[in-house]
Amino acid sequence: MATVELLFSALPNHVRTARLVAAAVARRAGVDEAVLDEVRLAVGEACSRAVGLHVSNNVSAPVKVTLIEDEKKFSIQVADEVPHGPAAAQRNGRGETSGAVLDDAAAEEEDEMGLAVISGLVDDVEVKADETGGLIRMSWPTTTAAVLP
Amino acid sequence: MDLSLSTRTVGDRTVVEVGGEIDVYTAPKLREQLVELVNDGSYHLVVDMEGVDFLDSTGLGVLVGGLKRVRAHEGSLRLVWNQERILKIFRITGLTKVFPIHTSVDDAVSATD
Repeated sequence: MATVELLFSALPNHVRTARLVAAAVARRAGVDEAVLDEVRLAVGEACSRAVGLHVSNNVSAPVKVTLIEDEKKFSIQVADEVPHGPAAAQRNGRGETSGAVLDDAAAEEEDEMGLAVISGLVDDVEVKADETGGLIRMSWPTTTAAVLP
Repeated sequence: MDLSLSTRTVGDRTVVEVGGEIDVYTAPKLREQLVELVNDGSYHLVVDMEGVDFLDSTGLGVLVGGLKRVRAHEGSLRLVWNQERILKIFRITGLTKVFPIHTSVDDAVSATD
């Protein structure tokens, strides 16, 4: 069951808000205190990546973060609405100048760095992308009972 | 928390004291500061990160960019911190091998290797 859904405009200053919300909900879900820093970092990386993709592809839709609390695990999904796949690549490639290609290369490098950090941090991670957008799903085990209100 | 930056000169080194969170929103300010220092001829930098609460891959990218710039002038970029919190991202990315890391500013300022 989705505990919290967060939609935010693709602006870098909202990424901090997403980190704070994710860490607060993770704590309440019973994620170990020692792991909360990793949750903050991983969700920050995923959201930064999504914001970067939306900005560089002129996508005006918001970034969507879904925080899901299950019995034994806490999951976070970060979804972007940037089309991926061969057809999208072909569309993006049309009419580019060399400057734009360089910018794209830099953006791609940052994108891969973010994904590398997430893979290093989170044991259970899944990255999907299709023509409707991309999704990063991460989960952490929860300990004993969740924090009561 | 926003990013705070201040600089001071110790001998031939420039110490950049950083506080707060370095992420996709604040990292450009740090990048500007490092670029400005190098453009002004400061090629031996010590970045004091003791006051940093959060650092992500965007921040790492800025530090690596700073290192590239000072190395182009045969300079150095040393990092100072004592906390475990930001060490993890350096370990994951293997950057602990790239940056000289010190536990105090005094140590970094007097280092010559």
